[in-house]
Formats: sequence, C-alpha cells, structure tokens
Amino acid sequence: MRSYAEICRLTVRQLMDALSSGSLTSVEITEGYLASIAAQNGTINAFLEVYEADARNEAAASDARRAEGNPLSPLDGIPIALKDNMLVAGHTCACASRMLQDFVSPYDATVTQRLRAAGMVILGRLNMDEFAMGSSNENSAFGVCRNPWATDRVPGGSSGGAAAAVAAGMVPAALGSDTGGSIRQPASFCGVTGVKPAYGNVSRYGLVAFASSLDQIGPLCKTAEDAALIMGVIAGHDRRDATSDAALPTRFGLDARDDLTGLTIGLPKECFGEGLSMPVYHAVMAAAEALRAMGAKVVDVSIPSLPYALSAYYVLSSAEASSNLARFDGVRYGYRVKEYADLDELYRRSREEGFGLEVKRRIMLGTFALSSGYQDQYYQKAQQARELLRHEFGLALAGCDALLTPVAPTCAYRLGEKTADPMQMYMGDLYTVPANLTGLPCVSVPCGLAEEDGASLPVGMSLTGARESLQTLLSIASAYEQRQKPNAGIHPYDRLLKGVTKA
Amino acid sequence: MSWEMVIGLETHVELSTQSKIFCGCRTDFGAEPNTHVCPVCMALPGALPVFNEKVLTYAAMAGYALNCHVHHVSRFDRKNYFYPDLPKAYQISQFYRPICEHGHLTVQTAAGERKIGITRIHIEEDAGKLVHDEKQGTMLDMNRCGVPLIEIVSEPDIRSAEEAVLYLRKVRAILTYIGVSDCRMNEGSLRCDVNLSIHKAGEPFGTRTEMKNLNSFQSVERAIQAEFERQVAAVEAGEEIVQETRRYDQKTGKTSSMRRKENSADYRYFPDPDLPEVRLTDDEMARIRAAIPALPDERRDSYMNTYGLSAYAAEQLTAERWLAEYFEEAASVAKTPIAVANLMQGEVFALMSARATEAEKQGRTAPEGRESLPIAPKNLAQLADMMADGRVNSSMGKKIVAALFVEDQQPEAYAAAHELFTVGDDTALLAAVSQAMESNPDMVESYRKGKTNVEKALMGKAMAITRGKADAQRLADLLRQALTEE
Repeated sequence: MRSYAEICRLTVRQLMDALSSGSLTSVEITEGYLASIAAQNGTINAFLEVYEADARNEAAASDARRAEGNPLSPLDGIPIALKDNMLVAGHTCACASRMLQDFVSPYDATVTQRLRAAGMVILGRLNMDEFAMGSSNENSAFGVCRNPWATDRVPGGSSGGAAAAVAAGMVPAALGSDTGGSIRQPASFCGVTGVKPAYGNVSRYGLVAFASSLDQIGPLCKTAEDAALIMGVIAGHDRRDATSDAALPTRFGLDARDDLTGLTIGLPKECFGEGLSMPVYHAVMAAAEALRAMGAKVVDVSIPSLPYALSAYYVLSSAEASSNLARFDGVRYGYRVKEYADLDELYRRSREEGFGLEVKRRIMLGTFALSSGYQDQYYQKAQQARELLRHEFGLALAGCDALLTPVAPTCAYRLGEKTADPMQMYMGDLYTVPANLTGLPCVSVPCGLAEEDGASLPVGMSLTGARESLQTLLSIASAYEQRQKPNAGIHPYDRLLKGVTKA
Repeated sequence: MSWEMVIGLETHVELSTQSKIFCGCRTDFGAEPNTHVCPVCMALPGALPVFNEKVLTYAAMAGYALNCHVHHVSRFDRKNYFYPDLPKAYQISQFYRPICEHGHLTVQTAAGERKIGITRIHIEEDAGKLVHDEKQGTMLDMNRCGVPLIEIVSEPDIRSAEEAVLYLRKVRAILTYIGVSDCRMNEGSLRCDVNLSIHKAGEPFGTRTEMKNLNSFQSVERAIQAEFERQVAAVEAGEEIVQETRRYDQKTGKTSSMRRKENSADYRYFPDPDLPEVRLTDDEMARIRAAIPALPDERRDSYMNTYGLSAYAAEQLTAERWLAEYFEEAASVAKTPIAVANLMQGEVFALMSARATEAEKQGRTAPEGRESLPIAPKNLAQLADMMADGRVNSSMGKKIVAALFVEDQQPEAYAAAHELFTVGDDTALLAAVSQAMESNPDMVESYRKGKTNVEKALMGKAMAITRGKADAQRLADLLRQALTEE
C-alpha cells in the first residue's frame, strides 16, 4: 500500500496499471486525492467545489465493478476534475462568475457523460477566469488561483485551476477548455502537458460557450501519454454538436519509439522574434535541439500573417462572446438584480452586477466589432485574416509534421503584475491563438525551467500539426518527455505533498 | 392625379414539422406552457443547436412552389436583440444567404391577373410567447421557442388592400397544398407584416412604414386602408412620413407609432458559428420538386377546362387544398360537376361561415379545414345531382344541405323521409293553382284588371300549398295559363 503523497504523484497510466493489477483501489486513489485537495486547496484555490460524497460513491461503485470483473474501461475508477464551464447534472456550473453562481445544471455535458461512461470519478469543478476570459485566472469571481511552483505567481489562464490542480497533485488529470490558449498557456506556466484538440474533435455540448468557432475542450495531465488516454475517452463525434467532426481520430495510441527519424519539425520564424523573453527562447531552442538529437529534421518556416493573429482573435472571440453571453439576461436563470423599474433596467443592472470587468470589456469590444458601420472594418477583416492564416498554416504544414513554438512569451508572472494593463495580458496569447483560429490540434509540453525574474519557473513548448495529426503530436511529445524527463528532479511534489497524509 | 399605395408583405409561416428546428422537442400548438422544452430551446448554458433537415426540405418545397430559385448552399446567421421571449437573446435566421430568392405568384383581381414578386424566403426560428396576467405579471411560455418558420418577403408590387389579401390567400393556398404548413392565422402559424408607402403614378415611392404581426386577413385589409388614409392625409397636410414601426388597433381602426427607425435595434447579424452551412444536392432538389402536388393555379385552369367553371369559381374552390380535394372527389362521382361547384360556393360556403361566426360568438374555436365541412363528398354530389335534375328544387336543396350539416346522411333518403321531392305532376300542381286562385279571388280580379304583378304573390300562395316542393317553372306556367284563360 502506497502513501497518499505517493499516489498523488502517479500518472493516469500508473494509476490505471495499479488498478488493473489490484495494487490500488479507486477508493484509495480517490481518498488520496481528496486528502491532497484538503491539504492544498486553501493555498492554491484550484477547486471551486469538491464533490466529496459523490466522488466517494463513484469510487466505491468503480471498485465493485472491477471486483466483478466488469470495469467500464481501463480508466474506470481514476479521478478527474472539470473546469467550471462544463456541465455536470445536479451541480453548480458558475463559469467562475457571479452571474451563474447559483446555476445548477439540469443536464450533463457530452464530455461529462463520456467520463461517466468510462467510469471516471469526478472530483469537482475547477477555478478559471470568468467565462474563460483571461490568461492568469485573476478574473475569477471566486478568488485567484495560485501557481503551485511559486504561489506568488499566476497559474495562467483561463484553465488556471485545471493546470494548478494537476501540477499540485490534487487530481491526476483535468479537463480544460481552450479558446485562445486557455489550456496550453496554464499548462506551460504550471509545468504540465495540455492538449487543444482539432476543432470538432471533442463535443462542445454542455461547455458554456465563450467563442463558439474557437472553443475546444481538452485534457491537462502530467504526461502526453496520459493526455492521449483521456482524449481516447472524450473525443468522438456527437450528434448534439453540429460542429463535431466525425472524420477526426478517436484513438490516440502512441508510438513506443523514441526515435524521431523521418519527422520534420518547423520553427516559424515569426514566433522567435520580438516580445519573446530570452530564457523562454533558450528553453524552446534547447528543446528543438533535443528533438533534432532524437532524429527529427528541424527546419525554419514562415507564417507571414502571424502578426495579425492576435488582433483577429480578439475581434472574433469578443464578437462571438458578445452574442453567446447575451442569454445571461437575468430573466430565466442566473443573477438577477433585486429591484428594477422596468425590463431595460432588469437587463442592464443584472448584467452590470453579474459580470466582472474583463467580461464586460469583451462584450463591449465584440458588440462594437459587429455593429453596423463597423462590421466590415473589424469582424470581416478579422475573418479574412483568419482565412489567410489557415492557408499559410496549410502551406507550412505541407512540408512539416509539426510546428514548434513557445507556448507563451514568458514564464508565469506575479499575481497582479499585468491586471492593470489588459493589452499586456492579451499579448501573452500571441503564440497560442493561431491554433484556435485555424482549428488545428496543438499540444503544450513542459520543456524544462527558465530563470526569469529571480525565479526558476517551468517553460512550455508548443507543437501544432495538421487537423488529423494529434496522435503524431502526442507521440513526439511523449518521446520527448520520456527522453528528456523535463520535470524530473525539479517538480516541487515533495514540498507540495508533504502534508498530504491519511487523516 | 390620385395617390397610390405601394405594399410589400413579410409573411411568417410556421412549418408543420413534428419537431422543432434545432432540437427534438415537439411543435404541437396549444400544449401546457413549458412542456415542450429542453436545454436547447430554453437556451440553457452549454446547449447547442442541431438543424432539423426536414425544415430544409419544407423550405425548399415552398421555394419551388413559389417559383423561386432555390440555392444549393444557404447559411444561418444570428440576429441579436434582447427580449424576454427570445431566450438566447439572438434569433437564428438566414440574413446573408437565404435558401430561396427571386420568386413570384399570381393573383386574380377584379381587374385581371397580377404577378407579385417574391424577393426571398429564409428559414428562422420562432420566439416564445409572453403571457400577461394581472395577478402574476408577465409569464413566459417557451413551447413556441424554436418552432421552424419561413419568412416570405414580397417585392413592393402590391397596390391595394384587396391585392394584399389575395396574395396572402394565395400564399396560404400554395403552402397548404404542398403540406408544409397549416397556415392558421388564428393559431399564429401564418402572420404578416405590412410595409406601406404612397406615391403618385410615375413618381418615386414615399417613405414606408411597417405594421407588424397582423393576425387575420381582415386586420391586414383594414390596417392597410387605415395606414394609406393616414399617409395621404399627412402628406396632403404637408407633413413628412417617417420610417417607423406602427401598430394597428383593431378597436379604433387606426394605426399608431410604436418605434422610430433611429430607435430601432442594430441586430449585429453574423454567421452562427454553431451551425455549418446547409447544403442541398441536385438529387435532393430533384426529389423535393417531384414531391410537389398540382398547385392551385394548375387546378384552377383544369376546373375551368374540364368542368366549365368560371375563373372566379375555380379560384374560390382551389383556395385551399382540402377544399379542392373535396370538390374533386365530389365532382368525380357527380353527374353534373358544375352543380357541385354551384352548391359549394353558394349554400355550403354560407353555412360554413355561419358556423364559424356562431362559434366565435360562443367563444369556441371553429372547426378548420376539412372538419369545417361535415358532409361526405358523395352525399353532396348526390344532392347536387338531385337539384340539377329538378328532383328537388333550390329551396328544398338548401333545406337538405342544412340538415346534412347537422347530421350527414344520404340526401336521397332524407328527401324521401321528409317528402321533399319536387312535386312535378300537373294534377297536383293544377290543384294547387286552383286552390290558390279560389282562396284569393281579389288577387285574381286585380290581375285580370291589369295589375299583373300580383302574379308573384299568387305564385307564392300556390308554392306554399305544395309546401315549397313544387317544380317552380312548371307551377308558374300553369298559373299563368289559368290566369289568362277565360
């Protein structure tokens, strides 16, 4: 029998093997993680709510199934947690917003159903930037989330709670959502592996929409192999999501080899210039060197329209958000102001008080970008830029199996460091938004530490590939992780899990 | 030179699909509030629309039937505005790329045939219904949220209230023929917005106003007349017409301003990212075209040629599909189809509208469609033949139709049981003539002194003696003979 602290360091793969061999039960694993959450969440604030009773019941039921020889899947009994924007029937889904703090979902998201069908144990809901708008998790209405590596720093966002929870060993895997980097950037900041699948690979049904044409759900895990396992559970066509793509892969079995001979990796030169911090630059270039050493051919490529991506992204995502968030009007559910003179005031004040500053900023931006007289200048132009990017990525990927870039221009910054300047915050999404605009799959992989601003912090590299290439990307990431062991000896598990013991 | 009105109509038609346009909820009218709802049509967080392909088929059918160009590719856009009956705060519609464009239909006016252009037909979803209650305040019924609609936008080709109503009746006729909608104005499955401006011949059109959600042919007609008169009076008084939305008040018969253009919403239309483009293949288009039955104009022409009906009669009998099918069924078994047509247009229509008025007075819903005519076609055919043969006269005919309306049965048997057959033999008729003359010697005398118009009164007396059953022509002949004898 292993200690809780040991259990909390295991990967999904290791937990799966332990369950299968009988060396651990789901109840033991679940108790271990619940203890870890109990010990750490007061500091980290990754979980907004822990479904203790449900989780214990689900774990016991899983053990019973396994005892009868009928596990629902190899992952039956493994805990997972969801960002607070995916619906779980009977539970609150608040999107870290005052607007929805009392909204209890009457139905399960498709991903929730799929996790249940695989027998996974849902531990709770995770902190995030309100309605997934933000890059630091500081826009949560329920308090900031802290980076387990350095608790005076942000975990990244918007899936900050998901990345922090996995990094701190509070859950072995989590689901986040990624509209412009919201899985990958926090993964990078917290030293975990994050996947933004190709658009349409994972159903959005039951994901509270931010920007419908960009949103994708994906896993955050300790390793690429774990991410592949979770993708195997959640990916696949869903008739309730008309943008779901039946042609995309649903199995992600990885190549066992760690020889990358025959693969070509492109470095888009636009991603290695101005704005990129030197320590991050060196870490990513070292990773490129490591991939070359493993046999990959590394070449320079160019995506000339990349400088337009950020503006296009903020116009389009805000435009869609302004429409998607209009349903939160105080009439049928969600926050409603207590006193109002007329319908107009009910709408205005409910939204004024229910939404936070950043959400209101995006709604106003998006409303403006769509308004008559300005739509051609903003929304239409942004769509054109998006088409151009799709085209150029297509060209670049015709000669490469993956494009390697930094995930973010810096490592995790200090809490409050960028809140006063939204533009500064937006600039941090420079390398992540193209995968959303183009709908391409993208993986964020830890690639060591950088000395930045007097601290030693995790850095992430990003691998982007063609629409059906996620399996290849995960294979490269996994090979890299196994060879380089980017977190070995540096991950602060010992410090974090010190207090996690049996009650 | 006189003022002319220029009218364009926007007609909203609910399609009679079993399920809603973007979810699986049922569409039946009149269910308990909020029982046909789900996360999608209630716009709960996270819910996504999935297009019901049946709607595409119905919309394309409507397009073909209205002589439109049906596009291979169309697309959904979001029309953004806040209103409590619109739970998503946007309506999914087709703004940039509607499914159908460039159509037309023709109507028969008193002045002859008129062709009215159809600009476009697009697919959209219906909103919910607000129910105002004095005690509980305003409540929301979301059953109607997501019921599929098509909006048919006409060109500004309509020049009178009469034409507007004829256009609407024709739209209703065509759509009920192809079975894509029941087009019941009283249930809101056919609704109409009127755009109206005025001008003088040869001059450009004036500024138009819009009147929304007119829900009966009568209110369309009256609203148009009222708004036309208002605009003429305003312009002649030197006032300017402003572009605005106006409300027609049935009680006062007047229109009043609702919303000025400068206060109107900016809908911020943009392509709905939740829904892929909608595509129709050539094969699908061919199948949809092939499924369209004979339309009213085609049937009207065939009734004129086959049965010798007038254009007017043929247009009336083809106004609704069930009516045409009823007529065709009756005509096919009648010896004298034209008599069927006459009977339907006369007594049958009168009884139907009397029944509807009666129901309205009692606050009941009048039966609609085929149910509004409770006589089997073969029975009506038999009666028409009996009348055409002279075996019953027209007043007995009326009596029998009325009886069949109450309880449908064989007219032959009913006439026999109630002795309603025409009395045609001379002995009986002569007896009636003599009796009438004997009982009214003063009239006979007046006649013989030259006041020949008393003949009518004597005819009535004689007819009454036969209890209305006489062969009227023969009776008149015999009476004339008797009066002029001596």
